[in-house]
Amino acid sequence: MPIRIQTEDFDLSAEVSRLRASQPQVGAVVAFVGTVRDMNEGTIVAGMELEHYPGMTEKSLEVIVGQARARWDIVDALVIHRVGPLKPLDQIVLVAVTSKHRGEAFAACEFIMDYLKTQAPFWKKEQTPEGARWVDARVTDDQALARWGVSPARPGPGNTEASLPGEEA
Amino acid sequence: MNIQLRFFASVREALGTAQEGVDLPEHVRTVGEVREFLRQRGDVWAEVLAEGRALRMACNQQMANPGTLVSEGCEVAFFPPVTGG
Repeated sequence: MPIRIQTEDFDLSAEVSRLRASQPQVGAVVAFVGTVRDMNEGTIVAGMELEHYPGMTEKSLEVIVGQARARWDIVDALVIHRVGPLKPLDQIVLVAVTSKHRGEAFAACEFIMDYLKTQAPFWKKEQTPEGARWVDARVTDDQALARWGVSPARPGPGNTEASLPGEEA
Repeated sequence: MNIQLRFFASVREALGTAQEGVDLPEHVRTVGEVREFLRQRGDVWAEVLAEGRALRMACNQQMANPGTLVSEGCEVAFFPPVTGG
């Protein structure tokens, strides 16, 4: 299960070719690519900087992909996430999943993305005409994760912060 | 007990520090108590680490609860909810 954090761009076609090479049992490949938009919450975005927590990022993505493997019969999965300065139209993230049949690959790919959005330690800082601002976490991302029967981490007093399944609470 | 503190994104910027080693008094044994201990520094520390503030915590690079125990040499991190992808 390759996981890569990198500043460089990636080539979807080359990555998918590598992922399914020598895997004749694969009948389905699902790939999601996240890209930088030029607008967020009504404000023009000129560019962004992606920060992460080296070490924890890789570990959390391994747990996430492990969870997907435990839930669905997939052949392999690839996650590439870029960090550093990015601009509109740039690719940010690639999640690609291979499986025998399409259902598993579709579900596992969406699950990995939903999980990554709320659990992997990445943060976006946007440059806007009003200056730079940190992007706020979206409630809809927590809701997306909840669809899979996973309760997202929540702030606040008496906080029982959700941990990734398989971890000690 | 000596532990390493890590801060990321808006928390790092607000506190003006990314990493530091800290000696904990004996009564500080959990991640939640570390947060409370750091709040006692006052000013921006009290504000950024306030109860009810959207904050995530990790211990040894795994998401942590306030009740997660800390140990000698461990790495405790504080950061805002994540926004990758």
